[in-house]
Amino acid sequence: MPQIEQLATTYASQIFWLLVFFGIIFFVIGRGMVPKVMATMDGRDKQIADDLAAAEAARATADAEEESWRVQANKQRAEAQALIVAAKADAAKATEATLAVASARIDETLTAAEARIAAARAAALGEVEGVAAEAAQDIASRIAGLSIPADEAQAAVKGVLAHG
Amino acid sequence: MRVAEGKVDPVHQFTIESLFGTDQWAIGGYNIAFTNSALWMAITTVVLIVFVAGGAKRELVPGRWQMAVEGLTGFVDNLLMANIGKAGRKYLPYVFSLFAFILFANMLGLMPLALFGVHPFTSTSHFTVTGVLAIMSFAIVLIVGFAKHGLHFFSLFVPHGTPVLMIPIIFPIELISFMVRPFSLGLRLFVAMMAGHVLLEVLSGFVISGTNAGVGIFFLAALPSFLLMIGICALELLVAGIQAYVFALLTCVYLNDAENLH
Repeated sequence: MPQIEQLATTYASQIFWLLVFFGIIFFVIGRGMVPKVMATMDGRDKQIADDLAAAEAARATADAEEESWRVQANKQRAEAQALIVAAKADAAKATEATLAVASARIDETLTAAEARIAAARAAALGEVEGVAAEAAQDIASRIAGLSIPADEAQAAVKGVLAHG
Repeated sequence: MRVAEGKVDPVHQFTIESLFGTDQWAIGGYNIAFTNSALWMAITTVVLIVFVAGGAKRELVPGRWQMAVEGLTGFVDNLLMANIGKAGRKYLPYVFSLFAFILFANMLGLMPLALFGVHPFTSTSHFTVTGVLAIMSFAIVLIVGFAKHGLHFFSLFVPHGTPVLMIPIIFPIELISFMVRPFSLGLRLFVAMMAGHVLLEVLSGFVISGTNAGVGIFFLAALPSFLLMIGICALELLVAGIQAYVFALLTCVYLNDAENLH
């Protein structure tokens, strides 16, 4: 086994060169390059974590914004509803007023017309009475030769008319 | 591989050969010749640097290469996080270096580069190498443990709820199991790597000898051995990853003892 046979002649060289090359590896790679590689990895991990946090924050902001938007939308919708209700009420009131005015005018016209009709009828009835009284006087004078005063004739006609 | 007397020597692949500086390079009397083992550690280092540098582009949206490097570092980071917790981050450079070095050294040793005339050498199949790595991990555990907890660190050897009567027995047992850690850590990797390579070499020896011995032996021994080799190659790739993972995982577990002291 050369490891043992050559031990006495080679151990110093083996140890020396191992220390030299392991030293180079340790100082150049272990101390020089590995920390940089780790720093890169840590930086990347940190960036990813930061980005995730930023995304999370942005999501929270968006959620809050949406919530506030929804609240505002609800408020505005309620306002709009109130406006519509008020407008409807106003419109109803105006309609009512107009209707009232119109119906009052119509009532007035009706009343006036009825009054005119009543007057006309009364006048007509009066004329009918006069005519009937004159006719009754005339008939009585012609048939019975009686001269009935106008007042009597009129009262008689009135009584007949009243009894139907 | 050396073919002596018609046989394949399965452990020849672990032989260390000096490439240059055999006689003149020395520190304090110790020879530090640049060997094939050192060469493959250098190749491991270069490949690893190229791999990690190619992925250290620091882009926000990673490409495939960057994804691979981040997967590897993230894997080690998760290992530390799971075993030690938040305090484990500061050990990332060390544990990553350890895991990546062992993984790449294991993998490079398995590459079929012999097809191009290059003989890969698995530096982690030498206990001088794995032992140094294990002692390094163990030393860090000791330093962190004593620096953080002082002499209180010895309470590691007395698990919670131990009856006072049992402490004299439990303490030495825990101490021994603690002291054995660097050996088990280093030897496990070395043995796993060596066993796999020896097995592949032995089987390839069967294939060569069986094929040379005639058609009957070819179908009887060489072909099944070759099919087995294919499966074992896949298994060895798995072992290469698992052993690197186990080494890093146990280092994390031991560091957790030092950091959090149960």
